[in-house]
Amino acid sequence: MEYRPHVMDAITELPLPRLHTATLDIGSEVTRHQRDRLALADLVEGFRLWRLGATLGWLDIKLKYRGSLLGPFWLTISTGVMVAAMGGLYSVLFHMDLHTYLPFLALSLVLWNALGGLVGDACTTFTQSEGTIRSLRMPFFVHAVRVVVRTVISFLHNVPVLIAVFAIFSVWPGAVAALSLPGLMLWVADAFAACVLLGGFCARFRDIPPIVGSVMQIAFFVTPIVWRPEQLGPRGWWLPWNPFDALLEVVRAPLLGHAASLQVWSLATIYSVVFCAVAWVFFTKVRTRIAYWM
Amino acid sequence: MAHIRADGVSVDFPLYHGSARSLKKTVLAAASGRLGEDKRQRMVVQALRGIDFDLRSGDRLGLVGTNGSGKTTLLRTIAGIYEPTVGRIRVEGSLNALLDPQLGMNPELTGRENIMLRGLYNGFSPGQVRATEHDVQEFAELGEFLDLPVRFYSTGMVVRLAFGLATCIRPQVLLMDEWFLAGDANFLAKARVRLESVVRGAEILVLSSHQTAAVLEWCTRVMWLDHGRIVMDGPAERVMDAYLSGTAPSAAQLAEAAMTPAETPVGENVAAGAA
Repeated sequence: MEYRPHVMDAITELPLPRLHTATLDIGSEVTRHQRDRLALADLVEGFRLWRLGATLGWLDIKLKYRGSLLGPFWLTISTGVMVAAMGGLYSVLFHMDLHTYLPFLALSLVLWNALGGLVGDACTTFTQSEGTIRSLRMPFFVHAVRVVVRTVISFLHNVPVLIAVFAIFSVWPGAVAALSLPGLMLWVADAFAACVLLGGFCARFRDIPPIVGSVMQIAFFVTPIVWRPEQLGPRGWWLPWNPFDALLEVVRAPLLGHAASLQVWSLATIYSVVFCAVAWVFFTKVRTRIAYWM
Repeated sequence: MAHIRADGVSVDFPLYHGSARSLKKTVLAAASGRLGEDKRQRMVVQALRGIDFDLRSGDRLGLVGTNGSGKTTLLRTIAGIYEPTVGRIRVEGSLNALLDPQLGMNPELTGRENIMLRGLYNGFSPGQVRATEHDVQEFAELGEFLDLPVRFYSTGMVVRLAFGLATCIRPQVLLMDEWFLAGDANFLAKARVRLESVVRGAEILVLSSHQTAAVLEWCTRVMWLDHGRIVMDGPAERVMDAYLSGTAPSAAQLAEAAMTPAETPVGENVAAGAA
């Protein structure tokens, strides 16, 4: 265990970065107000470290496809094949005109892939980063950013399928497509809410992910994705009660060339606000416990 | 000025063993109106019990105790990973915790990517990340391997990279788990110099170790933990003598060592701790 002090001189000149000075003050007795403030600090810090979250998400995708010839473009191909196969089959089954049905189906499937994929992924938001959570104090929102970035990258790889379908059938939504942007912003907010809510829940109860999987499977069939809401007619009275329908429609309608109705917009906003509020309350309550659940 | 203060810190780990962790059990218990009872009867591991201490700039604290005495849990609590179940902890100054040698090391990623991630974990700017890359590259001497996935590295290369990453920043408060000082044949003299530079650069060191020599060399103060409680806390030699001879100090010795007297561990405590 001997060392040579004179060697030290050279070493101390190393340009090692210093960490920012910070004060950490944690007590077990906190008021509700302090709890909210700490949760908010977690959120703000998590977004301030966006570079880390984004890099982690990007590396996840890169690793998944490292060594494969086409990389993430396998996603593009599989979505393309699925759209073509389902489009051919269901347009016959439903007696639909391929020119209007296929763009609808392609868009619905791509959007659902992103939404369903995110919900499934959100379950492992925290459990996936168990090692990091147990060895480093880090805003929990960093892990949420990672999951959301990962989903966005997958989604972008499916966009070429949409462009191809739209080009083949020469349907262009026009300027109204820009109206899908506020809808996508709702999605992003909901995505972060899903990450902290499902991520926390699944860390505490390890049998939740299969349940979530089943629910999403059912949701796929009861949401207008492969079928059109008009096909239900008056028997579709329950559709407004399906949150996925409104959320899908606020983004899908403008991209198909018409603005979403006010009712759809109100529903999507209400569902999102309630969902985010529930997730936030949950997060403020369990934030300090997540590390104990790892 | 770095400063750490712990006031009556206790940490309990709920035991979610097997089925208790499942939703089904909780729902069934709630449905049969036994949730409250279940909650009261919940088994907890009392990993830390009423820990009080105060560390100022220049303090070098060693934590000793058997496996499961709460050393690692205490390090994690100081690092802000576990928030205390009871009590309060306050840490002033930048902090780096060297707890997990695998942290930031993904064997599937290249050395360069691992270095970049580690820099980002520390909240570095792109410029600082590049400086870190240069620094670690220099230290670990990976050459062309830097752009290959870490799983292709030899054991020695992995150790050098992990070590370079862990010591690439200079915190004011340095927390170290014993793995870090593990007497390893691969441990280069260069690594030792580097570690010393980081340790000496830190204003406060908290080191958890089983190695008497390491504790006596690095620490000026030692805290002996057992079953999550402080048995003895005082000057390094005195506490190590008592610890090694296995004799709990008498009241007179306690007073002499000028430290916080700890209560005797209660037999019913399940104090297995995450060591």
